[in-house]
Amino acid sequence: MKKWISLALCLLALLPVLSASAGAEELDTSVTLNVYNWGEYISNGTEGSLDVNAEFTRRTGIQVNYTTFDSNESLYSKLAGGGADYDIIIPSDYMISKLLNEGMLAELDFDNIPNFKYIDEKFRDPDYDPGCAHSAPYTWGVVGLFYNTDYIDEEITSWEALWDPDYAGKILMFDNPRDAFAIAQMRLGQSLNTTDPADWRAAADLLKEQKPMVQAYVMDQIFDKMEAGEAWIAPYYSGDAALLVENNDSIQFAIPEEGTNYFVDAICIPATSTHKREAEAYINFLLDPEIAGANMDYVGYSTPESAAKEYLEEDVVNDPLRYPDEETLSRTEVFVNLPDDVSKLVDTLWAEVKMGGPGESALLVAIILGFLALYVGIVIYKRRKRKREMA
Amino acid sequence: MKKAGSRIYMALVFLFLYAPILVLVVFSFNDTATASRTVWDGFTLRWYQRLFEDRMLLEALRNTIVIAVVAAIVSTVLGTMAAVGINSMKKLPRRIVMNVTNLPMVNPDIVTGVSLMLLFVAAVSLFGGRSLGMGSLTAAHITFCLPYVILSVLPKLRQMDPNLYEAAQDLGSPPVKAFFKVVLPEIVPGIVTGMIMAFTLSIDDFVISYFTSGTTQTLPIYIYSMTRRRVSPEINALSTVLFTVVMALLIVVNVRGSKDKAAERKGEEHS
Repeated sequence: MKKWISLALCLLALLPVLSASAGAEELDTSVTLNVYNWGEYISNGTEGSLDVNAEFTRRTGIQVNYTTFDSNESLYSKLAGGGADYDIIIPSDYMISKLLNEGMLAELDFDNIPNFKYIDEKFRDPDYDPGCAHSAPYTWGVVGLFYNTDYIDEEITSWEALWDPDYAGKILMFDNPRDAFAIAQMRLGQSLNTTDPADWRAAADLLKEQKPMVQAYVMDQIFDKMEAGEAWIAPYYSGDAALLVENNDSIQFAIPEEGTNYFVDAICIPATSTHKREAEAYINFLLDPEIAGANMDYVGYSTPESAAKEYLEEDVVNDPLRYPDEETLSRTEVFVNLPDDVSKLVDTLWAEVKMGGPGESALLVAIILGFLALYVGIVIYKRRKRKREMA
Repeated sequence: MKKAGSRIYMALVFLFLYAPILVLVVFSFNDTATASRTVWDGFTLRWYQRLFEDRMLLEALRNTIVIAVVAAIVSTVLGTMAAVGINSMKKLPRRIVMNVTNLPMVNPDIVTGVSLMLLFVAAVSLFGGRSLGMGSLTAAHITFCLPYVILSVLPKLRQMDPNLYEAAQDLGSPPVKAFFKVVLPEIVPGIVTGMIMAFTLSIDDFVISYFTSGTTQTLPIYIYSMTRRRVSPEINALSTVLFTVVMALLIVVNVRGSKDKAAERKGEEHS
């Protein structure tokens, strides 16, 4: 009797394995995919939304270990540092080209990703990854200005507003070099990916000129400061700004006429992944228009799939903020990775903008060294004194 | 007059300490569509509901607590053993060992984090592993908690009369029994302090965890990753829950402690 029960239990235990393997042929359902994405960047099942990762596990039987990062640079340091075995990563455009240059991305096998056909034509040949051989677009958006109409009467049409002395002390700026420099470069009419050091220096000068008027260099605090009326005008990503504009009558969003940066976050597989086939199944799943629609409904960014718009609310799809018209998009430029020497220059210039010129940092170093010398002096003096007392 | 002044000063100090927590608690009930942390928009329990639906957040919380408990227990056991050993050393070796154990404490977190990461990556690849994770995180946490445990146990050992231990042995107690019956009860307050300290340090830690986490995520890392978009009021709700639980625990422990002490005092008076 006991034997029969245990045999029956064994069979029962096998059942889910059998049915799962029947559903998705040749997928190894025993693996766990390590997914690394931006924070708050996937529908997670709260408030009746779709739990994307749970749905993937339900459909394929593959477990997902989902973790999050805060910036492209932290993603890069984690990948380059070793010790993290990721199967799916979702970096932005310029980071993709950097990873690509360093041979850290695996080439995708599109036979395993049939849903790639839903990606709109215009996203299929990006500058950061020609031909989209290593990445599948996840979301996109543009950078724009948002401003509080309670304090700013005129209609904002240019990045120049961020240099307007009338708004001095009420201006916010991005706290990362690429985004901040892009704004100055737009004003100067440069390419965002220029490799001419003189261009970058000119942009840095413009940022330095702006600095006394800037209230703070911030990222997510932009929302708090804008909502509370503490700041009047700030640049940010359209997908996030949309939420604020929709819920606050006095906040407007504008895409300046000089053009702007257009960004794409895309799904890639690191070259080190050992579960490439399963990772491709995950990409295919994310590109399913129904899933992509539900996902973007929660995330609030723009989808690169027209087919997914069916699953989104109509006023979201027609929102010029989330889906700017072709004419606006023609004035945008996407970031690509800069050569090492240029990107080092950008880091130095950015440090200069934020902390003052090299003169000031030398002064700081001198002060710190002075304190250190003083401290060492005191310690030595005390020791000698003690020794003398002992003797 | 003087009294009023000191009372006002006290009130100000408490305001300064608790106002941020109060704001955090209040905004965990904020009915906001934009996840605002500054504009009040009515009362809701929505964030608490979301908190318990958010699998990722709960998993990060679980990881954090598991690591903190394991790290606190292991570092307390190791630290106590180390303290007993250090205490019975001669002066010079004791100073050397203390300096070595204090090193991780004075070292900036980021240096500790990066060097531990390099070590773990080398170790993992040596043994054919693929990724850092819970194991490396726990090992790292034990490492940085250890000196704090040693530092809080050692003074208790030094306060203790060394003759007590020898007296117990003179009376026929074997060394192990003498340690558990005589030494341990004397140093328990130090051990408990060290353990609580290790637990809180482990829960708090961001920098070292960040470098040694591999593909696991703890709560501080999860919260930090929200900063490109915005930190959700779910975090306020979670902090409120944690704060309430810790507060309740502290009150229970203190009330019981003071009751025990009162009973002890009564007992002493009677005898």
